[in-house]
Amino acid sequence: MYRYDTLDQNLVDERARQFRGQVARRLSGELSEAEFRPLRLMNGLYLQLHAYMVRVAIPYGTLSADQMRALAYIARTWDRGYGHFTTRQNIQFNWPNLADVPDILDALAAVEMHAIQTSGNCIRNVTADAYAGVADDEVADPRVYAEIIRQWSSLHPEFSFLPRKFKVAVTGAPQDRAALRVHDIGLRLCRDSDGALGFEVMVGGGQGRTPMIGTTIRSFLPEADLLTYLEAILRVYNMLGRRDNLYKARIKILVHSLGAETFAAMVEDEWHQLEDTGPALPAHEIKRIRAFFLPPTYEDLEATVPEFEARRRQDTAFARWCQTNLARHRRSGYAIVDVSLKPEGGSPGDIMAEQMEAVADLAKRYSFGEIRVTHAQNLVLPHVKLAELSAVWEGLAAAGLETPNVGLVTDIIACPGLDFCNLANARSIPVAQRIIERFRNLDRQHDIGELRINISGCINACGHHHVGHIGILGVDRKGEEYYQITLGGSSDETASLGKVVGPSFSYDAITDAVEVIVTTYLARRCQGERFLDTYRRVGAQPFKEDLYGIAQG
Amino acid sequence: MVLLKGDQAAQDPWIRVADEDPVPDGASALLTYDRWRRDRDRLVLRNAPLGIILHSEQSPLPIADDLPRLGLVALEFPKFTDGRPYSHARLLRQRLGYRGEVRAVGNVLRDQLLFMRRCGFNAFELPDGADVGEWCSAFDEISVFYQPAANGPPSAMDLRWPAESPAETPVSVFGMRGY
Repeated sequence: MYRYDTLDQNLVDERARQFRGQVARRLSGELSEAEFRPLRLMNGLYLQLHAYMVRVAIPYGTLSADQMRALAYIARTWDRGYGHFTTRQNIQFNWPNLADVPDILDALAAVEMHAIQTSGNCIRNVTADAYAGVADDEVADPRVYAEIIRQWSSLHPEFSFLPRKFKVAVTGAPQDRAALRVHDIGLRLCRDSDGALGFEVMVGGGQGRTPMIGTTIRSFLPEADLLTYLEAILRVYNMLGRRDNLYKARIKILVHSLGAETFAAMVEDEWHQLEDTGPALPAHEIKRIRAFFLPPTYEDLEATVPEFEARRRQDTAFARWCQTNLARHRRSGYAIVDVSLKPEGGSPGDIMAEQMEAVADLAKRYSFGEIRVTHAQNLVLPHVKLAELSAVWEGLAAAGLETPNVGLVTDIIACPGLDFCNLANARSIPVAQRIIERFRNLDRQHDIGELRINISGCINACGHHHVGHIGILGVDRKGEEYYQITLGGSSDETASLGKVVGPSFSYDAITDAVEVIVTTYLARRCQGERFLDTYRRVGAQPFKEDLYGIAQG
Repeated sequence: MVLLKGDQAAQDPWIRVADEDPVPDGASALLTYDRWRRDRDRLVLRNAPLGIILHSEQSPLPIADDLPRLGLVALEFPKFTDGRPYSHARLLRQRLGYRGEVRAVGNVLRDQLLFMRRCGFNAFELPDGADVGEWCSAFDEISVFYQPAANGPPSAMDLRWPAESPAETPVSVFGMRGY
């Protein structure tokens, strides 16, 4: 993992001190809420329905066990004993007092963390593949470049007041676990014909009320040019992005209105002109950062472990968990463990302080002290020996974290919705809970197989409903909560936006509607076909017929 | 209005001239871009300092050839959230090589001074009654900069990799700290 040097540490310490002063000015009345607003937003502090909410950056979703413990401490000391992991690999605390926020930032700084740029119209916390460094299909480790981007984008003097927020995601693998095509900039590490490392650069993806799939504007950008090229994209956007209409201010609208080719040509032109004055990325700096992400000292292990295989044969519950919550590690004898934060009765992404500590302990003991946060609002223990999976599973079960549903119908992504958020039209969490309850039967879940449901409480799409295999969007119909369903969305390397299937459903009818969709899929699927594959093969018609009857089809 | 130059209050010799008013003889005149374009042929013959004020949607690139004649380029922030003048200041300093005064006018906030200075602004119009010493303390709140800048102290990259040191290991005084 990256470790701060004194420069990194000074910046975060100074930032916390600066915010302490700003909060004092607000509490004394020297600053009005209107004047304080931009300052708190620069530090991840939102004012929500019931209280302030502080959003902590977890750069590229990477946490150490000690950092997780600090989050647990914050949850217990200044919040209500829990935190909420978001689709951008961050964590939110929903109930802090304003006067305590400077102490929270100090506690974060003590473990090399911060809340910088988790809100506001700036370059937001950079995200990456949650399996970075351990995935067996990886070309190169995206964390190296994500850290370089974190530093470059932190308190960037030119790009802190962009037309709108700006999100960057990086992956090093052909399989896209970072949703690159729905980011303002998506970067995929690849090699050219000479074997040199670089990036495919995608621009202009996004969700919200005008969802768009990003376009590749450069198929290969040498790694040394990363920062100057990003600077060129951001400068073109900063100067030309719309500022007259909040809903047309994202870069996707600029790329769309200019045309991707024209936009790309403007970026190239800007890039050639700022090559000398832009931020250089010398090879020795890449090497310095890379040294922090070298693989841990793995043992040479056999690919099959008899006691693990035996337990899988004998213990159905363990076998089920292994089937959904493990991924292939690049190193023989190790596995990647997904920890589901979607238990029955829970709120997607929520975790208690005690559970955070349990995960931290397991990480320290069994996973080289490393934890990841996924954009599906789950956690990952990235390197667990096959021989120790039993112990990890038991440890997770003791903390209530052994739900065997990663990637299944109950592994729902949901925003906080009307229960917390003042933008929402409808509740998200109770809808997720009802669906999870309806599909609680594990045999049935496993039979249904991979199926991603995403729920957003409003058109801002924080629950990424556009890219859910089944997307659910809360809308307001004459003061009542209704839910619109989209089908066929995906955020992976075959990214697509879901299409609205028909009229929306009431709060009481939405769970039944989801069940009808699943039943239609089960009746139509071919051998081994996932929900998404079936939908793409048969189209929306059979689903419409079953949901609304032939007449409306 | 209080004018901050560098880190001190200063007298403002510039007179803002409305588009319909005559340009005063012998005084430092600050004109709009439109006025400059309209009367350029006559204005270049004038023997007193000239400055141009650009609105946030006006790039400095069209006045590139005129910069040697200009003692001041003022960039206006209509709202503090309009970040275009930051890019324009960097273009002025780094692409066009402008060495004169670049002044931030409009909705200038204390907590944005540091960003502005990093981008190349060296003068700032503060609201009436602003305590210059207090505003200037904003310059000292952050001492670490990850990005190369138009002016000011060296970036983190420069400190980690000084030009004279062999590019093998970063400067060791910046050791890692433990928890």
